[in-house]
Amino acid sequence: MLTVRTLDVAYGAVTVLRGVSLHVKEGEVVAIVGANGAGKTTLLKAITGLVRPRRGDVRLRGESILEVGTARIVARGCSLVPEGRQIFGDLSVRDNLLLGAHVQYRRGKAAEVRADLERILGMFPILGKRSGQLGGTLSGGEQQMLAIGRALMARPTLLMLDEPSMGLAPLVVKEIFNVISTISLAGCTVLLVEQNARGALKIAHRGYVLETGRIVLEGSAEDLLASREMQRAYLGRDVNLETARVTT
Amino acid sequence: MTATLSPAAFWQPDEECMHREELAQLQLERLQATLSRVARSVPFYRAAFDAIRFDPDDLRSLDDLRRLPFTTKGDLADAYPYGFLAVPLREVVRLHGTGGSGGSGIVMGYTRNDIKTWANLMARMLVAEGVTKDDVLQITFDYGLFTGAFGVHFAAERLGASVIPISSGNTKRQIKIMVDYKTTALVSTPSYALHLIEAMRAANLNMNALSLRRVLVGGEPFREESRRQIQEALGVTVTDNYAVSELLGPGVAGECLERNGLHLNEDHFIPEIVDPVTLAPLPPGAEGELVLTSLTKEAFPLIRFRTRDLTTLDTGPCPCGRTSARIRRMRARTDDMLIIKGVNVFPAQVEAVLAEVDQTAPRYQLVIERRDALDVATVLVEVSQSVFFDEMRRQAGYRDLLRHRLASDLGVTFDVKLVEKSTMDSVAAKGKVVDLRKR
Repeated sequence: MLTVRTLDVAYGAVTVLRGVSLHVKEGEVVAIVGANGAGKTTLLKAITGLVRPRRGDVRLRGESILEVGTARIVARGCSLVPEGRQIFGDLSVRDNLLLGAHVQYRRGKAAEVRADLERILGMFPILGKRSGQLGGTLSGGEQQMLAIGRALMARPTLLMLDEPSMGLAPLVVKEIFNVISTISLAGCTVLLVEQNARGALKIAHRGYVLETGRIVLEGSAEDLLASREMQRAYLGRDVNLETARVTT
Repeated sequence: MTATLSPAAFWQPDEECMHREELAQLQLERLQATLSRVARSVPFYRAAFDAIRFDPDDLRSLDDLRRLPFTTKGDLADAYPYGFLAVPLREVVRLHGTGGSGGSGIVMGYTRNDIKTWANLMARMLVAEGVTKDDVLQITFDYGLFTGAFGVHFAAERLGASVIPISSGNTKRQIKIMVDYKTTALVSTPSYALHLIEAMRAANLNMNALSLRRVLVGGEPFREESRRQIQEALGVTVTDNYAVSELLGPGVAGECLERNGLHLNEDHFIPEIVDPVTLAPLPPGAEGELVLTSLTKEAFPLIRFRTRDLTTLDTGPCPCGRTSARIRRMRARTDDMLIIKGVNVFPAQVEAVLAEVDQTAPRYQLVIERRDALDVATVLVEVSQSVFFDEMRRQAGYRDLLRHRLASDLGVTFDVKLVEKSTMDSVAAKGKVVDLRKR
């Protein structure tokens, strides 16, 4: 569904992504894990057209989306749940959700939007309970669910999430990952960017480990969870093994 | 094409039947990760990449692989024992080895994930060869440092088949167990399978009464004639397996029941065919040396490893539904390595043993023949002054010592014949190695 090939992204003189290649197949949950500053958010920004890569290609269902522009990428079924939720604190939960459906409105599908709203409020009962409340009054976990719900209002076929577990209590994190699993089971393809490698890989089919802008490991989630290399890479240590290696 | 096939025909259908375009993307992703890891963790590759100013981040396509240097068996031997490990030894859960004790051996490490991958890759081959969980496999490969037996063993267990780890040798016992345990699949070198047939004939055993349905061969090149002989004598299907110990062991490539080439596990190994002399890449379909790059090995990743095996590569579709490229069955090797009774032997190893036992390093000749479908290896050794050949007892002792040392160091039994200088003079013209099997 999504194919990224040898992507380079630089902010001025600083290269943030170096030759990143990855793919996401229909129906998969793919996790991109890595430490702070590894380039995870930049990768999502490049995929969604928010930053322009210096080199490489991003293809959605075989078509390059580099020149398409963010709004059209959303219209093609890609939704992003940004880091730090970025919900509208002064708007009600309901209005926040409806804003996510702007693509649907433009298509004149108001009736479908109403049905989607009911579906999502049903999916997140806590949002249903607080639908009239202002977004800013929700707890961190509730805001995250609102951000996910808002993204789902665009009826994405590919949902991308940037650090959905960030800053949340362990129990809430578990709940968020459960929600992502449910979304996947409902048929939506998921690209999940996380610092919480273990949590993300537990619900993912496959994963990539990003370290200082490079993919240093890829594999099935099960293999990555078992990989010592993953643990080293994820901890961000320099894996020059001179000292650890048995010298001869 | 794949839609009409039953899932039972594959072990990992998504991987074995993926579109070649998807495969290329996966190979690129895995190659990038592998190159960036070896550049950091394996001094040989760090130096090799530095020498050509190659930064793994610069990899733009699979074709860039051609810019990289080759890895030879010699490079691996130079780094003996652990110089090529890409992970700390404590993460290695298994070690296998090839070659003799003369310091020229190669040690291969496997992490827990490597062992799992290996079992899956070989299980793909077993399924392609028609093996199911209901089969009883008799593994007659040597259980030891050699990768063959363990490679098939863990794959068969993963598949759920019953494994008889009988190991090599003791033909009578092999036959008794084959009958009593109702073996359905024999795993053996083709020459040993032929030897078993001869022994069963000699014992007047009714081969039609055996439960045997298939023979999985590997470990040495063989002729289609041998396959036909085994199939007819035992009423079985014979399929070939290609192992590269340095890269994995068995599970690199194997025949499906179509038997029109060996499917190579391309999602784990990138194959190239190069001219063995110029090392230039050859066009599709041309015969040349097979070069393989590992894509998922954790402990012992290898970039552009020269297998020294001559073959061709066929990426055309196979009726079985697998989309992987097929290599033609091996006919020859590019260097002087000999395969005797399924074991890799270098003449230099024989030389090393001779030099050690007899300080004068006598002249020698290695003669390999095929008798009753079995390899017979003989070493003619010129007796020098250090051998008291006028004293029969000492001479016999010298011969026994050589025979013993060759067997223990090389893993192959040699017949040792002591010859006089005049005899050696007359045969030496034929070279140090006379392989009569090729005729």
